[in-house]
Amino acid sequence: MQGLEVRGLSKHFGGLVVSENIDFDLKPGARKALIGPNGAGKSTFANLVTGILTPSGGTIRFDGEDIAGLDEAQRVKRGIAKTFQITTLFPRLTVRENLRLPVLEREGLGRRMFARADSNRAIEDEIAALIDQFDLGPLADRPVLDLAYGQQRLVEMALSLALKPRVLILDEPAAGVPSSETHLIIEAIERLPRELAVLVIEHDMDLVFRVATSIVVLVQGRILTEGTPQEIATNARVRELYLGGAHG
Amino acid sequence: MTRPFVSALVILIAAVAAFFLFPYNLAFLTRILIMIVLVLSLDLVLGFAGIATLGQAAMYGAGAYAAGLFAIHVWADPVAGLLIGALAGAALAALSGAVLMRTQGLTLIMLTIAVAQICAEIANRARPVTGGADGLRGIRPGKVLGIWEFDFIGITGYWYALAIAGLVFAALFVIGRSPFGLSLRGIHESPARMEAIGVSVYRRRLAAYTLGGGIAGIAGALSAQITQLVSLEAFSFTLSAEALIMLILGGTGRLYGAVLGTVIFMAVHHTAAANDPFNWLFVIGALVLAVVFFLPSGIAALPTSLKRLAKGGRHAGS
Repeated sequence: MQGLEVRGLSKHFGGLVVSENIDFDLKPGARKALIGPNGAGKSTFANLVTGILTPSGGTIRFDGEDIAGLDEAQRVKRGIAKTFQITTLFPRLTVRENLRLPVLEREGLGRRMFARADSNRAIEDEIAALIDQFDLGPLADRPVLDLAYGQQRLVEMALSLALKPRVLILDEPAAGVPSSETHLIIEAIERLPRELAVLVIEHDMDLVFRVATSIVVLVQGRILTEGTPQEIATNARVRELYLGGAHG
Repeated sequence: MTRPFVSALVILIAAVAAFFLFPYNLAFLTRILIMIVLVLSLDLVLGFAGIATLGQAAMYGAGAYAAGLFAIHVWADPVAGLLIGALAGAALAALSGAVLMRTQGLTLIMLTIAVAQICAEIANRARPVTGGADGLRGIRPGKVLGIWEFDFIGITGYWYALAIAGLVFAALFVIGRSPFGLSLRGIHESPARMEAIGVSVYRRRLAAYTLGGGIAGIAGALSAQITQLVSLEAFSFTLSAEALIMLILGGTGRLYGAVLGTVIFMAVHHTAAANDPFNWLFVIGALVLAVVFFLPSGIAALPTSLKRLAKGGRHAGS
């Protein structure tokens, strides 16, 4: 099968079960969202797929290949990238340098010592295109730590996209972003390449309903249900367990 | 693009001028140049890659003993001796780094100190080979490139050390701007993010540590050839710590800081110790305190800091 295929995935920390028998598919071009209350195991799931955590059981296949035994860096090379829930960038490097690093590494040039890092024309053009795509032009040569948080989230997405992944996991892309800037994030997600498979883990329901065509609901480490935004919005158990929670 | 070139030229002119201004202090000036090479190696490891170490003397000492023994027993050619010193430093860094680079923070610092102490103890015990506490004597390096003989006043030694320091600086300058240099700064900023873009942080750090070890080995070899003596002090904690203080004084991660910090530290040390042999450390301490409090990015960042101060004054309150 093309894309990501997860079967019977589990993760235990001692006696604590954080993921239990999860089946999950993500095909090329998919726009899926993973929602669930705090502690449902959403980030754990993302970390299992990207290789930060090792599963206790189950299989993870990518384009038919079993990738459960590969470490994070190897999975990145296969085409699975993620953004961090808490912004994780290179703060004192400029936006351009932040994007240069992943492109150089993707091209396998990161160990070169006797060429200038910014001397490759094709790579610099690609970085410029990414900067345009995320409307970061005026900030391109500023250190990332000078940027507003919403803008840093955009750099984070641009940085992951610079790896030319085939699967992109966005771990709470709007977390910490003021609601007035959420639309920037939504627009950026909508402009992601069509064929890229995207999984969004998010609390912001506006964002989820805007960008996802399919929503998976995770509760206490298990999949409660999966469906279209309409189905999820009208699902009584989801409303009760998750959406209704806001009203006490 | 011309600014780094101008700065390099200024440093070079200062080095040449120093030769003519202080003809009776060549040994001291040469000592500064050797320390600059050591502090530059530390800047690569600590300033660029963010590898916290208090044991850079281990690689310096390995280079010094290797070059000294090579000159005594194999071949007296100085340039070949430098290569042997570089290899010894790099080999020790690679070997110890294979374990050390899996750790970080306080653990790493303690282990780097331990490696240098172990080396010192080995050199102390292997008395028939290293001369033990008496030091390794009898190093008689040949002519540099077969042309310049080491003289009693230290003229050849000075130019030789200056040439090597210049080459090391130039090489690190190129590496600093390369993809490898950028990736080291990336690791310094965020190892987690580097892993997430597909880099084995461990292997990249090991490469930087090995390269830094090679350069420290060159510094040690230079010292062995020019002073024609290697003592156990080459492995001492004091040397590692002083190199670190010089780097912090000048400013990390920008190479010029390493040069400036070394010159200032050694000059202050030299004059303060001559004036007051008992309390000179107090002057160094006050200097370090002043820099850490008022110029946390080091003395090399002074122009930038002043600019920012002036700018901040104009835009006060914004």
